[in-house]
Amino acid sequence: MWVWFHKLGSPPYFYRLSSRLLPWLAVATLISFVVGTIWGLFYAPSDYQQADTSRIMYIHVPAAMFSMSIYMVIAAAGAVTLIWRIKLADLVAAASAPIGASYTFIALITGSLWGRTMWGDTYWEWTDPRLMSELILFFLYLGYMALNAAFEDRRRAARAAAVLALVGVVNIPIIHYSVEWWTSLHQGSTTRGMQFAATIYPSMRYPLYLMMLAFAFFYAQLMFKNTRCLLLESERNNSWVKEMVTQHDAA
Amino acid sequence: MNAVRRRRLLLVSALVIGVGVAVTLALMAFRQNLMYYYTPTDVHEGKAPSTRSFRTGGLVKQGSLHRDPDGVTVRFTITDLKQEMIVLYRGILPDLFREGQGIIANGRVGPNGVFTAKDVLAKHDENYMPPEVAASLKKSGAMPQHEMVKEKNKL
Repeated sequence: MWVWFHKLGSPPYFYRLSSRLLPWLAVATLISFVVGTIWGLFYAPSDYQQADTSRIMYIHVPAAMFSMSIYMVIAAAGAVTLIWRIKLADLVAAASAPIGASYTFIALITGSLWGRTMWGDTYWEWTDPRLMSELILFFLYLGYMALNAAFEDRRRAARAAAVLALVGVVNIPIIHYSVEWWTSLHQGSTTRGMQFAATIYPSMRYPLYLMMLAFAFFYAQLMFKNTRCLLLESERNNSWVKEMVTQHDAA
Repeated sequence: MNAVRRRRLLLVSALVIGVGVAVTLALMAFRQNLMYYYTPTDVHEGKAPSTRSFRTGGLVKQGSLHRDPDGVTVRFTITDLKQEMIVLYRGILPDLFREGQGIIANGRVGPNGVFTAKDVLAKHDENYMPPEVAASLKKSGAMPQHEMVKEKNKL
């Protein structure tokens, strides 16, 4: 396991691995997005109370879910950065932050539009625990990116940002349990482990699964691409990059 | 794992656990202030503020909706299946408003125990199903309960 851990942390190995994975991820993203969107928006039945507005969930639920998962990736990578000082972990975290921030933004906007039609005359409720904790997540992402950009020295930036990411990780269980610990305007989770099956009918559940896969593949694809860019930039003076560039030019 | 890394691991764990404990204590201290709405039971037990406005929420009791002749004033009873409260509201109700549906009203409670609402929002629950399924569940009486009347795992 440690061998694998250190091997994955090696930049040339990671670069080659991602070159092989990226085409597959691109195909998987495209298929799951196209099929999931068409299925969810046109073929899945509409909800008995919300009519077609319920279709917002095919975007909102995966975006909100992965806005939290991506933050967990950043926090875990931050811990690896602080403890093992593996540069690649920091690059993965830095590459993930803008994607996570975008997912959070999508979740907030789609949620607000859904709320306006379902809750009544409001786009946003400042005192709602679920809405507020998700907004704080958005600011954590922005703060993480700003802190990363605020230092000239990459290693200093990595450590400062990793500490912020780890402090902010306390917000993740708060978002998840906000609808259970406190009363909230937001409904409880439809996607809660074993109860998932009971709360959403199969004909609506399967396109939702597919959209979750689509958001996951899309994140993985963008994360690999971003990390590769950051990797080439930070390793530009190393021999493996130079070799690769000369090989590429020769071919 | 060498000594330096073990020390860093301890520091990182201490940071995360420390922040976690501090935030948990703070949230427990602010618990009541973080509640988005009070249930009729909370109001009955005197947990809701009596001098300022607050939100209350529950299911609209079947058969309780009454419209005044002016067409814009409504009164209905909300329930959490333990306590009930009469709500008086003048204005447009959300599309999702119906008997049996969860709602949240913002306003004050008068000395007569009637809640006068300034605005009313509908609260959807976590159940998603096509209309045919809802119809057959209703017929067989197996419709899942609205989440507002389920027990919460309070912090």
